Amino acid sequence: MDIVTPGFGLLFWTTITFMFLLFVLSKFAWKPILNAVKEREEAIDGALEAAEKAKNDLMSLKSSNEDLLKEARAEREQILREAREIKENTISEAKELAKEEASKVLDSAREQINNEKLAAMTEVKNQAAKLAIDMAEKVLRSELKDPASQEKMVNRAMDEVKLN
Amino acid sequence: MTGSIAALGAGLAVIGIGIGIGQIGGHAMDAIARNPEATSKISSNMIITAALVEGAGLFGIVVSLLK
Amino acid sequence: MGQETVGFSRFGEYLCSAILKRQILKNPIFFFLLFLSVSLIIQAKGDGPEIKSVELEGVSSKNESPYDPTEDIMHHISDSYGWHLFDWKGHSISVPLPVILFTEKGLVTFMSSSFHHDHEGKHVVETQGYRFVNYHEKIYYASSSPNNHGAFVSVSKESHAIENNQPIDISITKNVASLLLSVILILWLFLSMARFYKNQDGHSSPKGVASFMEPIVVFVRDEIAKNNIGRHYNRFVPLLLTFFFFIWINNVLGLIPIFPGGANLTGNIAVTMVLALVVMVVTNLNGNKNYWSHIFWMPGVPVAVKPLLAVVEFIGIFTKPFSLMIRLFANITAGHIIVLSLISLIFIFETVLVSPVSVLLTLFISVLEILVTALQAYIFTLLTALYIGAALQEEHH
Repeated sequence: MDIVTPGFGLLFWTTITFMFLLFVLSKFAWKPILNAVKEREEAIDGALEAAEKAKNDLMSLKSSNEDLLKEARAEREQILREAREIKENTISEAKELAKEEASKVLDSAREQINNEKLAAMTEVKNQAAKLAIDMAEKVLRSELKDPASQEKMVNRAMDEVKLN
Repeated sequence: MTGSIAALGAGLAVIGIGIGIGQIGGHAMDAIARNPEATSKISSNMIITAALVEGAGLFGIVVSLLK
Repeated sequence: MGQETVGFSRFGEYLCSAILKRQILKNPIFFFLLFLSVSLIIQAKGDGPEIKSVELEGVSSKNESPYDPTEDIMHHISDSYGWHLFDWKGHSISVPLPVILFTEKGLVTFMSSSFHHDHEGKHVVETQGYRFVNYHEKIYYASSSPNNHGAFVSVSKESHAIENNQPIDISITKNVASLLLSVILILWLFLSMARFYKNQDGHSSPKGVASFMEPIVVFVRDEIAKNNIGRHYNRFVPLLLTFFFFIWINNVLGLIPIFPGGANLTGNIAVTMVLALVVMVVTNLNGNKNYWSHIFWMPGVPVAVKPLLAVVEFIGIFTKPFSLMIRLFANITAGHIIVLSLISLIFIFETVLVSPVSVLLTLFISVLEILVTALQAYIFTLLTALYIGAALQEEHH
């Protein structure tokens, strides 16, 4: 039938037109379009890659920052600890020293007091002895005014000696 | 086309195509149901195979159109 | 690319989601109207005379014989010298197109309006010493006297073949005009799209026609060319893109029933033949050693089978593009025939009451045909890519 026999005119025109279309589109449409699409895809891929890289960089930067921060914190901690130690040491040393000094002062004071006390005691003793002697002399003088009492005195002394 | 044997021929050709493409489509659906991740691959293969079957059937139709 | 391969299904979705979202077929009203119309027709046929008065004007004049849609349908899907628009008060209104003929004495041109809408061979155009006649949309040298049907051609009694000679005819027929229009449309679409890419500064996202076409261009490049051709696919992308858009846009134009559309261009075997020939030439010119050895001396089979396979494979060189040609032609033509047949139902049943059925079914088929336009363009392009891929395949198994 007619519809399955190709007509020459249409064959002719289709060939020419299709070839023309293929040529013009390939040169002026597909080439720029495909190039632009490809370029954009590459740009997007590149941008994604760059973003990924930047993210990684940022991550590493962040972690290095964190390390730094941690280090700094540790250092601070150490410094503080050292300072505290030093402070404590100083205080304790000072305390020790003070204590020592105090005890030394105390000792010397005590010694001095003892000495003074001893001296005073000696003085007192001497004074008392002197007083006693004086008193005894006075008493004796008054007692031994008469010979009878002198006699009695000697006798009593003799008795006491005997008893001993 | 009134009562021509050609039309009968075209009809017979279409029966063949129908069975063929029905089988292809049905089995493709089975395959997709079993393996949904491969949908795109299965469906493009389905279309290619259906096109081949249809091509064979179309020869029949064209021959019947030739009278 | 790491992107998951996308089949045609996604492309179809992309095109049809808008249409199918409405889910027209799930609507019960659709079926209600369908059944209502069917029952009304049956009633109308039974009731006879009083309802027959609503008959259409065009049908009543030929009331003697039942309306046979074959001739009208064949006329619509075939080529013609003028571009018929519509009938107005019994007169055809058509766009006259140039008729270009090569005769023995040289070029003869006149406008198709000289035939006065005649395609029965009854009106003879006399120009530059020649007499031409349009008989069933083919131009013949007219016979000196009309035959007993009034046509100036002589038909052989045994084979019903026309005995008149034909000039070489390269007229701008309806299909050629449609072809040229479609080429202008395609060039306008894609050159403006290309201009967008040239004018953009940096890499802005596509806008306008570029935003619609770019996913399709990328689809053809990645899903059709890259997946099926292999390593050297870049060289064939322009050809495949041209095939795809040429076929698709012409398919769509064919579906539009009014003026700039409506020509059955991709359903014309001459057009599909040219496309298929291009495929055949490209495939075989690019065939490598491996391809030819698979045709003429198939490796890996017994020697006795080799000549047999060579014959089969050699025939295959021609049947592959032949099937491309027939597939596109038959699918598009069938689509047009179905639409026209459904419209013809109104004239066959001789009542306007059938029109709801006719219109709804036509709508349904038209929606299906919108899918087919893209599907056939995709299949043609995909199979072309497959054939080229087979011709380029390196030896590795």
